[in-house]
Amino acid sequence: MNRAILNGMLLLVALMAAGCSNLNKKATTGGASVEDRGISSGEMSDIDAARSQGADDGSAAGASELTDPNSPLSVRVIYFDYDSSNIRQDFQSVVEAHAAYLAAHPETTITLEGHADERGSREYNLALGERRALAVRRQIVLLGATAGQIRTVSYGEERAVAEGHDEQSYGLNRRAEITYQ
Amino acid sequence: MKFLIFLILSLCAFFATAQSGGGPLTIRITQGVEGALPIAIVPFEWAGAPLPQDIAQVISTDLTRSGRFKTMAREDLPARPSDVAQVNFKDWRTVGMDNLVLGRITATADGGYLVEFRLLDVFTGKQLAGFQIPSHVSNLRLTAHHISDIIFKTLLNIDGAFSTRIAYVTVDRKDARNSTYRLMIADADGYDSKTILESPQPLLSPAWSPDGNRLAYVSFEDRNSAIFIQDVRSGQREKVVSGIGINSSPAFAPDGQRLAVTRSLEGNPDIYVVDLTSKQQRRLTTHEAIDTEAAWAPDGSAIVFTSDRGGGPQIYQVSPNGGDAKRVTFNLGNYNSRASYSPDGKWLVMVNGGSGFRIVVLNLASGVSRTLTSSSLDESPSFAPNGSMIIYATMGGRGTELAAVSVDGTIKQRLALQQGAVREPAWGPFRK
Repeated sequence: MNRAILNGMLLLVALMAAGCSNLNKKATTGGASVEDRGISSGEMSDIDAARSQGADDGSAAGASELTDPNSPLSVRVIYFDYDSSNIRQDFQSVVEAHAAYLAAHPETTITLEGHADERGSREYNLALGERRALAVRRQIVLLGATAGQIRTVSYGEERAVAEGHDEQSYGLNRRAEITYQ
Repeated sequence: MKFLIFLILSLCAFFATAQSGGGPLTIRITQGVEGALPIAIVPFEWAGAPLPQDIAQVISTDLTRSGRFKTMAREDLPARPSDVAQVNFKDWRTVGMDNLVLGRITATADGGYLVEFRLLDVFTGKQLAGFQIPSHVSNLRLTAHHISDIIFKTLLNIDGAFSTRIAYVTVDRKDARNSTYRLMIADADGYDSKTILESPQPLLSPAWSPDGNRLAYVSFEDRNSAIFIQDVRSGQREKVVSGIGINSSPAFAPDGQRLAVTRSLEGNPDIYVVDLTSKQQRRLTTHEAIDTEAAWAPDGSAIVFTSDRGGGPQIYQVSPNGGDAKRVTFNLGNYNSRASYSPDGKWLVMVNGGSGFRIVVLNLASGVSRTLTSSSLDESPSFAPNGSMIIYATMGGRGTELAAVSVDGTIKQRLALQQGAVREPAWGPFRK
């Protein structure tokens, strides 16, 4: 089969499966630039290797808001399109809710974990995961939280939640996860 | 608590003698070359109690695995000579052999062994090579690999890589947050695998020092990526690059004194060169795009890396002293990453994405490229130190497996672990 046609078909399948009309091939385009030079050097100081991840969710101030399953704050995973770090329209309200909460609770800190799907090389995916985490952080900071409240880390493709080798699994793995400390 | 975790990791970092990490890799030849050389390896004479290793069998497996030899099955051998005087060359010509290997093992006064072997040309009746190699019970496999190296060099004029080692990472996965990662070292044939580090946090990107004594790798044990260098014999390890952002993708310079790394100190990944003595870091790339996956030219004159400065990931080349980077991959699709040089510096091997992710070699002088693999998720290619084969990770029936392919694409092997996923192979240097 003609390779161009095959590629085109695969692209089409990927588009349909992802349910998106805008397959952005360039991760730096759009509003979610990774060009965030305002990183506070203090933000990495509280890394505690012994902390069990997510176990103390909601134990911080304002627990009721954070634990309300009907609040947009209950959404802790933001999904991304293929090779993109743009925050999708359907996750804008989630990001805004977390930003508002953090702006109102300056003592609260979160970790933003960036993840990628398994396609391509591991190191490049580590960079893509960081881009996603930084894109979310940049948005949250623009909406009033401070950079010092947000620690970012990329795990690249190392921590896939879905193990399949299909677009549905890939879509679940391209994500940024928010964990409240 | 931090100390405790450090202690546990340190304890895991010893050179375990028992095999672990899912057992030895098993190797299957999936495709060999036309016109492989017929060779017979006669079991080596030995008068004592059975030895833990069958040297002739190890040699035979080595040569078969290379795809360049067709070894005669043991039960078909017309005779089992251990000395040249016992050889009737006509017998071997009759069964179509070109070459014959025979040998004997004798015990030495110090409790070791002396392994003697001869490589004979069946047509001329001449000896092409003959050596006596002192060995030890724990070294018999290595001695056999050395003999394979000599046979390979003598008959093909290519340095054998049978006595080299590979490093790789295995993962026993329970779910996204509960997995056991192991950094492993094994002989190039997959035997004698040893766990040199075990961690509940991701381990990736093992890279050999040029002398084969140390491995650099990335560990997430601090809840962020950090680069460590570990002595493979003593297990002693040192954190060399850590801090804010990504600390990843280590690559030793050919002089062993510097390490190229990726850091995202200022919010996007760039290549830095770390002087391992002074620990000083020099930034090599400054572009706001992703720059990562540095690899050194064998003569140290250049570094290639992956950058998406042109829109998608492509391979670029820069001087280790800095300056402008120039793009290397053109007309090779919109995804090229993880490039590294062949030992002679003439080729780049990389991951090429299109309808799948495949291993591609690019001849730097001619610009001619060749796609070597045909599966959909191939990654982490690494040249053998003799340039004959490229090892890489691929998707197999039970998860990721290791496979190897020759530069011309004619020889293909699969290396499969019994269980667990195996990934990120790095082929070690020649053993001194």
